[in-house]
Amino acid sequence: MRRAAEQIPLKVLPQGAPGLSPEQRSAVRAALDANLGAAGALLPILHAVQDALGYVPEAAVPVIAHDLNLSRAEVHGMLSFYHYFRTQPSGNHIIYLCRAEACQSMGARELEAHVRQRLGVDFHETTADGEFTLEPVYCLGNCACAPSIMVDKTLHGRVDAERFEALLVEAAEASK
Amino acid sequence: MSTTIYVSGDASALAVGADRVARAIAGQASRNSIDVRIVRNGSRGMFWLEPLVEVATPAGRIAYGPVLEKDVEGLFAGGFLNGGAHARKLGNVEEIAYFAKQERLTFARVGLTDPLSLDDYRAHGGLAGLSRALELAPADIVKIVTESGLRGRGGAAFPAGIKWNTALGAQGSQKYIVCNADEGDSGTFSDRMLMEGDPFVLIEGMIIAGLAVGATQGYVYLRCEYPHAHKALNAALATAYANKVLGDDVLGSGKRFDLEVRLGAGAYICGEETSLLDSLEGKRGQVRAKPPLPAISGLFGQPTIINNVITLASVPIILDRGAEYYRDFGMGRSRGTLPLQLAGNIKHGGLVEKAFGLTLRELLYDYGGGSATGRPIRAVQVGGPLGAYLPESQFDTPIDYEAFAAIKGMLGHGGIVAFDDSVDMVQQARFAMEFCAIESCGKCTPCRIGSTRGVEVIDRIIADHSRAMNTTLLRDLCDTMINGSLCALGGLTPFPVLSALEHFPEDFSREAPLPLSAVGGG
Repeated sequence: MRRAAEQIPLKVLPQGAPGLSPEQRSAVRAALDANLGAAGALLPILHAVQDALGYVPEAAVPVIAHDLNLSRAEVHGMLSFYHYFRTQPSGNHIIYLCRAEACQSMGARELEAHVRQRLGVDFHETTADGEFTLEPVYCLGNCACAPSIMVDKTLHGRVDAERFEALLVEAAEASK
Repeated sequence: MSTTIYVSGDASALAVGADRVARAIAGQASRNSIDVRIVRNGSRGMFWLEPLVEVATPAGRIAYGPVLEKDVEGLFAGGFLNGGAHARKLGNVEEIAYFAKQERLTFARVGLTDPLSLDDYRAHGGLAGLSRALELAPADIVKIVTESGLRGRGGAAFPAGIKWNTALGAQGSQKYIVCNADEGDSGTFSDRMLMEGDPFVLIEGMIIAGLAVGATQGYVYLRCEYPHAHKALNAALATAYANKVLGDDVLGSGKRFDLEVRLGAGAYICGEETSLLDSLEGKRGQVRAKPPLPAISGLFGQPTIINNVITLASVPIILDRGAEYYRDFGMGRSRGTLPLQLAGNIKHGGLVEKAFGLTLRELLYDYGGGSATGRPIRAVQVGGPLGAYLPESQFDTPIDYEAFAAIKGMLGHGGIVAFDDSVDMVQQARFAMEFCAIESCGKCTPCRIGSTRGVEVIDRIIADHSRAMNTTLLRDLCDTMINGSLCALGGLTPFPVLSALEHFPEDFSREAPLPLSAVGGG
């Protein structure tokens, strides 16, 4: 059962949002203020927090839960259900590698093996220099120009080992 | 005089360098003080020719492609602004056979117009369907959609008119129109192309749906893997509001319709309509038991029409040209056209909108030109990750919902993924189970547990551990998943598995590549 906000004893209200830096606190506040009136606000709120901070800090969960009159479990459940949301910071760039069938038919399995080996990480991991996080994705809608990779929000088609190398250089230059 | 040049802004065109080409053209023109206007149109859907550059000339739009950055100087030197010769010249874009043979109804404007220009949209027939709908009673709009024979293009192929009629008759304080733009099936990109290439037609279709059932609020639930579509939709929404297409006075009629885009967060299951609704409500995207149907009790418990992008975007032309015009295309109970998507290992990948009735073989060879690698096409997966793998002997199946159901396949959202003879079908079967395990919402046991057990059983088959017994077990597991799952994810995942087993048994009986201990089987 959900409890009405006024029934929660004041002392457990996460007013100070412990564990959040001032910058994080204001980003979470802004995400809440911009979406609180919307129907089904939790999904856009989580997006707004992740857009601002790159991830949704665990310490933001009680703050969001309080403002939406939800339990912490419900907010945590959202974060753990959706593959896109992360609760830890990523590297400077996120490489989304498509693992789905259309890309498989054009060599995505081999590309995947190459990318893991080249970066020295598995999926959901970040390179030691903090530059790249590797994430799997199941279709980027670029299936006629497979295999596909998205670096942050930029889509690339017909990617092979050589092109991947060029993407790494471009991305590293962009973060300088 | 300024020359108009079209360089696609479609995500797939950008993925192969369209932005760089557009910049190079602008730079070259400015250096030579040539007056050009560059329009970022949608894609014509001929992706092997992207980046495609079109120049408006008195003889029509002359196409060049695929154009690389380094070709741009040569294009100017060859006088491409007047349709001059160049190795990349393709001629009049609308006379390219791949394009000319299509029947573009839903995609009539995609690639032709500036996607974000409402004036361009109107000039090419846009808003005519909505204007007609505003003159009609709700029941008459529903009647036209019913008579057109339009069926849900998301995959389930449920008659749109029947769904709309249910929502029209349902009582509720606030009805909703929800567009399912969670296009998660591999091999499909028609929703994305349409949202990027002609977003106003989707908006128009949703407003018409709202008028038909008395809904004043709409949501587009868009997958977050589509940042370009997100941008295009939001820009189109702002223009639509500014020009009173949306809002409290739709085209001056005094009627209201509001529309908002909501982003998903990388869950395939949210393409299933009831989990999409839960996700929109701000919850985990878990499948609901049906009944109640969403048309009676959907978003926030209110009567809700939930349709795919292509379904809703097909409505304006039906209202504009009439039910008969649309119904006259197609075969059997599959009426109208289907935007098919040729993907994967195919030479001429892209979008082919055709009336139902052509065969898979025509698509693969007459349009697709065979495999990209030049090797024989061995298997084709139609309908996304839950669709069957079809062997060459089934390539003469016509594109028709019932014909595909008869061969235990499905048309789904019209995605066609070709594989050449290097494909290992046991790996494809394994992936189907793996994908289901990753994407299962977890609500029902056959899907949540069955998919994980499926991967294990297939690993044992690969490792040649009690192969006959494990194959029987796999079939038994598939039977449980088909008959015991709550929704199509668990219920259809067995189809790619069983079809691989059925049509490509040789791949399941090869010598084991690894000892069993290496794959963790017991």
